[in-house]
Amino acid sequence: MRSSTSRAARAALATTSAAALALALAACSPSNETDGGGAGGSDGGSTAAGSDADLAGTINGAGASTQQAAFQAWAVNFQDAYGTTVNYDPVGSGSGREQFLSGGVDFAGSDAYLTDEELAQADERCTDGAIDLPVYVSPIAIAYNLEGVDDLQLSPAVLAGIMAQAITTWDDPAIAELNPDAELPSTPITPVNRSDDSGTTENFTEYLDATAPDAWTYGVVETWPVAGGEAAQGTSGVVQAITNGSGTIGYADASQLGDLPAATIQVGEEYVGPTPEAAAAILDNSTRVEGRPEGDIAIDLDRTTEESGTYPIVLVSYQIACKGYDDPQVGETVAALIGYTTSEEGQQAAAEQAGSAPISEDLRSDIMTSLELVTSS
Amino acid sequence: MTTTTPALSGGRRRRPGDKIFSGTATASAVLILLILAGVGLFLLAEAYPAIVAPADEISGGRGLVLYLWPILFGTVLTSVIAMVLAVPVAVGIALFISHYAPRRLSQALGYVVDLLAAIPSIVYGFWGVQVFALALVPLYQWLAENLGWVPLFAGPASTTGRTILTASLVLAVMILPIISALSREVFLQTPRLHEEAAMALGATRWEMIKYAVIPYGRSGVISASMLGLGRALGETMAVTLVLSVSGGVSFNLINTGNPATIAADIALNFPEATGLRLSTLIAAGLLLFVLTFAVNFAARALVTRQKGGST
Repeated sequence: MRSSTSRAARAALATTSAAALALALAACSPSNETDGGGAGGSDGGSTAAGSDADLAGTINGAGASTQQAAFQAWAVNFQDAYGTTVNYDPVGSGSGREQFLSGGVDFAGSDAYLTDEELAQADERCTDGAIDLPVYVSPIAIAYNLEGVDDLQLSPAVLAGIMAQAITTWDDPAIAELNPDAELPSTPITPVNRSDDSGTTENFTEYLDATAPDAWTYGVVETWPVAGGEAAQGTSGVVQAITNGSGTIGYADASQLGDLPAATIQVGEEYVGPTPEAAAAILDNSTRVEGRPEGDIAIDLDRTTEESGTYPIVLVSYQIACKGYDDPQVGETVAALIGYTTSEEGQQAAAEQAGSAPISEDLRSDIMTSLELVTSS
Repeated sequence: MTTTTPALSGGRRRRPGDKIFSGTATASAVLILLILAGVGLFLLAEAYPAIVAPADEISGGRGLVLYLWPILFGTVLTSVIAMVLAVPVAVGIALFISHYAPRRLSQALGYVVDLLAAIPSIVYGFWGVQVFALALVPLYQWLAENLGWVPLFAGPASTTGRTILTASLVLAVMILPIISALSREVFLQTPRLHEEAAMALGATRWEMIKYAVIPYGRSGVISASMLGLGRALGETMAVTLVLSVSGGVSFNLINTGNPATIAADIALNFPEATGLRLSTLIAAGLLLFVLTFAVNFAARALVTRQKGGST
């Protein structure tokens, strides 16, 4: 009795592992056999999506950790629709661009667009150079935790003063002037910053440096430069520190705030909060960088904009692709992937998964036009 | 004495089992040396670009030495405070379990202490930042108000409790089980005859422990403490989560601006580091390696001297 059950169990185990092996083989095969004759489920998926099924089985990307959460949704949805496995390795922007330029990965994610030097390298790696496409926009909120104050308004100079630790108590006249209706306590201000090197810090200091150069003298940096504040690891650490402390204020991805209120920031005459629409608007109100290759959409954000309904503290992340790959199939696949991430559906998926701000219709159509160059060879 | 030695080694041919055993033991010893040398060489080679780089290219712009100095200071400070807090308590626990507690209680307590050692450091980190640090905030405020004239408690007190003192306390809790478990074993090894002799001479229980148990176990306790110190120096996850690292060298234990520790600094900045930044972090790793090595070396010297002195 006992031996027979164990034998049955062993047989079942053998069947399972054989099935798993078969499955693994099946999963591998489409990358090699693209004529798609006898492949299984993945091929069926791609026909259902109406695509012409001539995509690579796997494509690899690497780069900014900013896009990691979005890629968790994008990779799953893209595989469902096209049957292509997308691997995205969040190694950081710099190292992602390096890997892309050396041919290690098919596309890169990066919080900064390619430099002129890197563009020159791209001419060797790609058939016709590479392009930057801004597909990911994430508003950075100024979150705070101050009892009795639900609506805080800040000007760039006052925000810079607080973060530079020049303004040290909440009832400082500079803050009171901007918030005549609020009852500000005399609690000391604890500014909270990232303790790790971060693109969020870089974008935030870029904003402070552009809008309040007198109050913010530390320049644009990745490592928080002011000593003595509360420092925490990652967005979650910052949000946790702001929540746990009292009189705390800091910068963090707007989607991760939880119950914390976000300050509204003075832009021109009005005060704007970190809504997705206001964040996406900055891309349309900023100028494109000149002298870039055809199809490239590199944007120098106009942080000092006074345009109504624009929130200037955002983080923009690019996807970088070749114009023409040695293997045209890879080009088709990369174009399909970026086409998907740019699409309304892809942007919505990222917004739900990562809290990004969906890009505007105008920018989308520009990116779609650029993508035609990716498949040319 | 001298007659037994040649009989064992020279007299007859050695059996194969003997050869195999001595061979594998030697190989293991050589292997550990090779691994150690390999790690040292790797760190040195990878850190080299940062060591020779001009000062303004190092993160912070003031050179490698000024980059490493605050984190070295933070590492030593947290570890020293943790040791000062943990060692007396650990020895107390060990003595209680080995000499005071009723047998049944001592066994149960021993298990509980050993269990503390099995908690993963990231759990200590979460506990430290979400529970322990917040619970300490009122204490820090009290310290800043009433003992603010002591430089250690100058304040202003952190409102999140993520201070160097909290990090040290978490470290103390983490190294407690290691030190107390090893010390307990050493105290239990005290020869029964020594203890009974002390009792027979009219010593109280405390005097018996003072004159028989502690001198016998001293070198063991030092070794145990050094193991604990090693863990405290290298602890990464818990410190990374608990400590608010935004300051330089400071003895102020309860405010928000604290120096990082070497391990925490590496953990924080490694994910986004490339090129020279990476070399700088590896140079920090090299420093930690050398520091741990030096501490172990000093501990060895101390233990040898203690052994020589006590017998």
